[in-house]
Amino acid sequence: MQQVFRRPESLKDVQTHFCPGCHHGTIHRIVAETLDEFDLARKTIGVASIGCSVFLYSYFDLDVVESPHGRAPAVATGVKRARPDRFVFTYQGDGDLAAIGTAEIIHAANRGEDITVIFVNNTTYGMTGGQMAPTTLPGQRTSTSPYGRRSEKEGFPVRVAELLSGLDGVAFSARAAVNSPRNIMDAKKQMKKAFRYQIEGKGFSFVEFLSACPTNWGMGAIEANERVGREMCEYFRLGTFKNTANL
Amino acid sequence: MAKRLLVRGNEAICMGAIEAGCRYYFGYPITPQNDIPEFMSREMPGLNGEFIQAESEIASINMVLGAAATGARAMTSSSSPGISLKMETISYMAGMEIPCLIVNISRSGPGLGGIDASQGDYFQAVKGGGHGGYHIIVLAPSSIQEMYDLTMLAFDLAEIYRMPAMILGDAVVGQMKEPLIPHPRPHRELPAKDWALRGTEEGGQRVVKSLFLGDGELEAHNWKLFAKYRDLAAKEARWEDYETADATLIATGFGSAARIAKTAVAMAREEGMKVGLLRPITLFPFPAKAFASATEHCKTVLDIELNTGQMVEDVRLSVARDAEVHFYGRPSGTGSLPTPEELLEQIRRYYRN
Repeated sequence: MQQVFRRPESLKDVQTHFCPGCHHGTIHRIVAETLDEFDLARKTIGVASIGCSVFLYSYFDLDVVESPHGRAPAVATGVKRARPDRFVFTYQGDGDLAAIGTAEIIHAANRGEDITVIFVNNTTYGMTGGQMAPTTLPGQRTSTSPYGRRSEKEGFPVRVAELLSGLDGVAFSARAAVNSPRNIMDAKKQMKKAFRYQIEGKGFSFVEFLSACPTNWGMGAIEANERVGREMCEYFRLGTFKNTANL
Repeated sequence: MAKRLLVRGNEAICMGAIEAGCRYYFGYPITPQNDIPEFMSREMPGLNGEFIQAESEIASINMVLGAAATGARAMTSSSSPGISLKMETISYMAGMEIPCLIVNISRSGPGLGGIDASQGDYFQAVKGGGHGGYHIIVLAPSSIQEMYDLTMLAFDLAEIYRMPAMILGDAVVGQMKEPLIPHPRPHRELPAKDWALRGTEEGGQRVVKSLFLGDGELEAHNWKLFAKYRDLAAKEARWEDYETADATLIATGFGSAARIAKTAVAMAREEGMKVGLLRPITLFPFPAKAFASATEHCKTVLDIELNTGQMVEDVRLSVARDAEVHFYGRPSGTGSLPTPEELLEQIRRYYRN
């Protein structure tokens, strides 16, 4: 019998703590498959951020350093400058990257650091219990926007992939979703392109993944998955915003 | 004859760091330490090193965290308000057991304060300025030669004990020029870096982290860190002992204040007073035993600091029970640096034959 599907070698054979219907597991798999396909696992240093993503080292069989909240791009900068021969990526949520870590992502991107940033946008702070994030959609109810996000007082969702694409230091910026088989396949292609930028020494690469957070959205897994396609993809357009080397 | 160079204190730190093998510097401009990033920006490219002027003090210390997590010798420098910004990550590095060097050429405070020499950061440096209950190694140079020597020592101690180390100076020792005799890095046995991240190529995952959620895990980690602090106190306390053997009054202080105090002590000796100076070189570990043994025979201690009384708490905890500890402080601002004559007056005030 031919085996057609198996756990990527970069992932450990363990259960995750992620909630049912959470997209982190799928995104982890995409990252792990891409590491395997480029044979990077034995030369990679990952940077874990604060939030549900902190357990990176529990699920990936990689060397990993933990970063203080929001600072992963600065930590990755230090790692990559000291070990330019290693493959270095950060894995960050939207509270981490787009709120407290805004300065670090902008400036690592602007310096054109040869790292890859994997950004998981689920429009909420997952681990702390579903508070309003910089990516929370207008009108979205969260535990700190109980009347729905009012843009006149609380501003607008930050479109990070587009924002970064305006910086000259950024080589590749894209947004993907993993809410359907087709989108998963597209997401994998974007991940591969982003990794190629670093492998080929072509500069800073960034992929934003839209992700479901059923628990904090107060939805079932299927409903949450549908919300990604219905509401999130409308505000956060999928696609490639910068691809300087046309990979 | 060894080569003598006329060098500014901040530059002596850079020379010491480079001699110690540091090739990664990350910083942000703030007075009065700008000579350090300027020097490193000139020197790092030619040494195959990396210099980044980061977007903030926070980013700089996190770049240090990343580079040092790979086992490289990395450093940052700043001054008081900037050091406050670094504190969260210093706590992380203490928890993650990452060696590195942080230089604080401190200024007067609180808040924006001023740029004058000050010692208002003793508590922050020595008592664990960030959250969670930890210590870092703190060295306090009082000469340009010590800026060089202690920088090399700081890197070695940081690696031996796997924790951040700090040089705590100020504008006096940072900006002043004095002769320096450079010398090769002294040989010290250093442990293998079997924790450093390198990609898993040599087999087995390595994780550098400070999150411990398992039952009892974090408590055990805290006791492990505590054991290092106890070891440091037993093995690494350093101090300068100047004329204390027959003294009936011992002056003390650290860094720039101790420099001025030493001049005052020499003046007192010329007047025939039996006065000495006990100067902590390591602030953490604090040389408590040196104070205990010196105050077996000498019962009067005069602590001089450029603040309203910080190290004096550690002095009081360390001296013999029947010793008197007096304090003279000048929390610095413009025009507040004490003169040797002013300190001599204080020595006369408490001196008894």
